[in-house]
Amino acid sequence: MPVQLKRLIPIFIVFIAIFLIIRHFLIPESFGEYGHYRANTIEETASQEMVHASRETCYDCHDDIQAVVDNDLHAGLSCLICHGPGLKHAEDPSPENILKQGGREFCGRCHHINAARPAEVISQVDISTHNIEFNECIECHNPHEVWLGIE
Amino acid sequence: MVRNRINNTRRRFLKKVAAATGAIAISSSIEPFEMLLYATDRPTDGSPWWGVGIDISKCIGCGMCAKSCKEENHVPSEPFYFRTWVEQYTVLNDGEVHVESPNGGIDGFEQSVPDEEIFKTFFVPKMCSHCAKSPCTQVCPVGATFESPDGVALVDETYCIGCAYCVQACPYGCRYIHPEKKVADKCTFCYHRLKNGMAPACMEVCPTKARIYGDLNDQESELVQFLKDHSWQVLKPHMNTGAKLYYNALGAEVR
Repeated sequence: MPVQLKRLIPIFIVFIAIFLIIRHFLIPESFGEYGHYRANTIEETASQEMVHASRETCYDCHDDIQAVVDNDLHAGLSCLICHGPGLKHAEDPSPENILKQGGREFCGRCHHINAARPAEVISQVDISTHNIEFNECIECHNPHEVWLGIE
Repeated sequence: MVRNRINNTRRRFLKKVAAATGAIAISSSIEPFEMLLYATDRPTDGSPWWGVGIDISKCIGCGMCAKSCKEENHVPSEPFYFRTWVEQYTVLNDGEVHVESPNGGIDGFEQSVPDEEIFKTFFVPKMCSHCAKSPCTQVCPVGATFESPDGVALVDETYCIGCAYCVQACPYGCRYIHPEKKVADKCTFCYHRLKNGMAPACMEVCPTKARIYGDLNDQESELVQFLKDHSWQVLKPHMNTGAKLYYNALGAEVR
């Protein structure tokens, strides 16, 4: 080996050592544990705060409503659809922090007539003409017992 | 003499080839190289491997999924970025296909074409396919996005440099650059809910159970039952993304 190359070897070793030291400090903790990423991200993503409760959360307290709803047309639907995310309400129950939606536009999201809505899946009306002497759907229909008191 | 020299060269060449082959064989067996493989293997130890099923024949286009997703994950309401959204496909009598998704379906749908012009029309909810061989995670230059061991494509917000290469790479348009955080953002399968044993927000509020999720490794899961019962299809199967979002009744018009 030529003497010039031999002299270069220690310099190379020093550079590689510096590179390894810098690399050690630049690569974050848990990087590469499962793959080419920071494994801690998984835990961090899982620790995001929830906004929505779940149907089961609601029925911990409102089991009386569950008995009614699950024997009616809206059986199986999540309470959150009409009542909003509701986790705040579950933590601190108060009529202030829960929604009660039942207007024409809201019910129309599912029930307004649209050719793309499969008729066998959802009953539909034209919300712009259906009994327009009333403002809101919930004036006549109780979403928990849809046909209660209606002929 | 001439003959000898040629033989010498050939011997040297063969030696070099043998050395190179040996070096490649040894170096490829060294552990750190496995880090460079981006595809995540489906677990075989019985731990979950999450997937989604969407039944187009059940979707009524209420848009509650898109709405609840924005609320659950604090997705900016404007400009119009979505982690999940609903499209209405309308095939007209003359064969023309209309696709519309007003505000991602969050405010519901109004039928824009009169009944007599429509041959058929249906809603298609869209979201991340959580692909097993995801193009988006493969292109990330810094290792900020990845497929988790349970099969969920996630983004490391603290590591992302916002280059948007993944936004271009996703064939399904499921990523965007968050306008405030300036990093890539996408559906997380509501990982924070999933890990607490709760359904993702979009599935929780789906009134017709058109969206379901489940563990593909669990033969009893709702999703595996769904796949057994229906002739499902994924979007863009020719791209071999390993998509785990399975559609029932998916029309050929849907892209």
